[in-house]
Amino acid sequence: MRRPVDTALALLGPAALVVAVGIGSTFVSRSNEIHFLNALVSVAIVVAIYVFVGSSGVLSFGQISFVAVGAFAAGVLTVPLESKTAVLPDLFPLLRDHTIGNAASLALAAAVGGVFAFLVGLPLMRLSGLAAGIATFAVLEITHNLLREWTKIGPGATTLSLVPETTGPLQATVGALLVIAAAFVFQRSPFGRKVRATREDPAAAQAVGVSVHRQRLWAFTLSGALCGFAGGLLVHMLGSITTEQVYLELTFLTLAMLVVGGLTSLWGAVVGALAVSGLDSVLGNAEDGIGVGVRLDLPEGSRLVILGALMALMLILRPSGITGGRELRLPRRRTA
Amino acid sequence: MIVAAVDAQTVVDAVGLGAVYALMAVGIGLVFGVLRLVNFAYGQLIMVGAYTLAYTSDWPVAASVLACFATVIVLSAVMERTVFRPLRTQSPAVMLVTTFAIAFLLQNVALVLDIRDDTIGEPAVSVASLNQAVTIGGVDVRKVTILAIAVAAGTLALLALLLAKTTIGLQMRAAAADFRTARLLGVKADRVIGVAVLLSGVLAATVAVILTIQLPLVTPDFALKETIVVLVGVVVGGIDRLWTATLGGFAIGFATGMINGALPTDKTVFLPSAVFALVILVLLLRPGGLFARSRAAVVERV
Repeated sequence: MRRPVDTALALLGPAALVVAVGIGSTFVSRSNEIHFLNALVSVAIVVAIYVFVGSSGVLSFGQISFVAVGAFAAGVLTVPLESKTAVLPDLFPLLRDHTIGNAASLALAAAVGGVFAFLVGLPLMRLSGLAAGIATFAVLEITHNLLREWTKIGPGATTLSLVPETTGPLQATVGALLVIAAAFVFQRSPFGRKVRATREDPAAAQAVGVSVHRQRLWAFTLSGALCGFAGGLLVHMLGSITTEQVYLELTFLTLAMLVVGGLTSLWGAVVGALAVSGLDSVLGNAEDGIGVGVRLDLPEGSRLVILGALMALMLILRPSGITGGRELRLPRRRTA
Repeated sequence: MIVAAVDAQTVVDAVGLGAVYALMAVGIGLVFGVLRLVNFAYGQLIMVGAYTLAYTSDWPVAASVLACFATVIVLSAVMERTVFRPLRTQSPAVMLVTTFAIAFLLQNVALVLDIRDDTIGEPAVSVASLNQAVTIGGVDVRKVTILAIAVAAGTLALLALLLAKTTIGLQMRAAAADFRTARLLGVKADRVIGVAVLLSGVLAATVAVILTIQLPLVTPDFALKETIVVLVGVVVGGIDRLWTATLGGFAIGFATGMINGALPTDKTVFLPSAVFALVILVLLLRPGGLFARSRAAVVERV
């Protein structure tokens, strides 16, 4: 009886949260706006990771490499032409002599992320368990190494700057909503159901004719495209980026957000991303002596200590996450 | 003659690196065997040990090393009680991410405690004399490399004896093979896990001493990179069995040392790509581990 309501809630709940944060960002000061935008871009990245890790149950440390290629593809191609030859002289002529618009760069970021994920996933999706985790981690290391050292495709070890800062409240909100919508459609589709079946019991899924490799590959590719898109949002929010910003720390932080929220639901991904980035912002402000509501004065560096302690505590006391890995739904009356 | 000397030098250094990585691999593999938990925070145990050595630099060397062992062992016991124990029944993903959080926490605690006069990093001078080189047969060998190789060989031999000849060793092997059946047959879970964590702590402290001699400047990210490389090596070698895991740790250390010594500096920037591409290749060909007996991972039969 309640099923249609719950289905609607599973999409509208996350969407409403994102819209609320987006609207909230227009009411705060310029210096606080960045925290709201950051939270929205985090939602986009974490939901993109959820599409693969949450639905397939395979732990991947490689999704941030798709964020990285998306960010650098969108970034390098939107630096204004007149300054590009001076800032990035070593680029391939194709990249050096062309500049594209904001929307096109986001589409390109998604395409690059998706194609890269498909090519990587083709051999790697045969693995599972720890072997898959380490192999995807190796992808992250290789991506980081190439982006950092190969100056024909990017800025190398220097900062990529002069990227137009087009990710304002509107673009961050719409971007996060697009990623959530894609994740929702996917998990309602036969593809999503089949990949969840492989998560619950690979042997049984195979026995009813579901190809574990193919279903994981679809989820991995879609997740890669969404990660690339989120990377595009990220670079347009920051305006300048280095390879270190899309590497280990972001990988750990986004995975922690996903697990803290609840690994196996869209609602969990959104709640985890917003809760952790919100907490991070509040603690950061407290460290600088700026009160948000309550005035706290924290010593320098204690933000990350408190964040780490709370994340660890949360995982120990409630390992299934804030949402318990369930979608948002109406409370049920107990029928005994 | 010079070429031969350089080659011998590279080999000795590579073996030294492999020995340290093998010790770390045993520490990680022991805990994985009984808990099925990949302890990412293992590097932070080593980091805390290194800080203990640094802060007790003005003590006699023996007292300083003793303090290091005591701190690391206590910390690993605390970690077991407060973190590993409540998580025992959780999925590997949750356990791994929790140890990330613990690693992140310990690293940032070190960062907060270590910010003085805007400098980060604490030199540990008391043990630095072991870092000098002696010349054996035309090859410059740092004393610490000899120490590392000797300690690794000795520790591994002792551990092999412990696992093969004692009751607790037998129980640990049984628990690693099938924890539930071992418990049904009267193996006390808490005791076996406690001993595994204790041994892993002793190994972490040993590695802390060796690494601090090699790199006397102790920073909050001390041993982080090494832990990541060893974790990769352990899985590539085969994490399901202690000896394949140890071999994997040694192999990745030895390979890194050899390639590092063989390549000219301007070519080494793409070294990580080459190494990790090799890692992917090995995992695709032998997902159960390079040194594991079976060729492919076992497929479940219903």
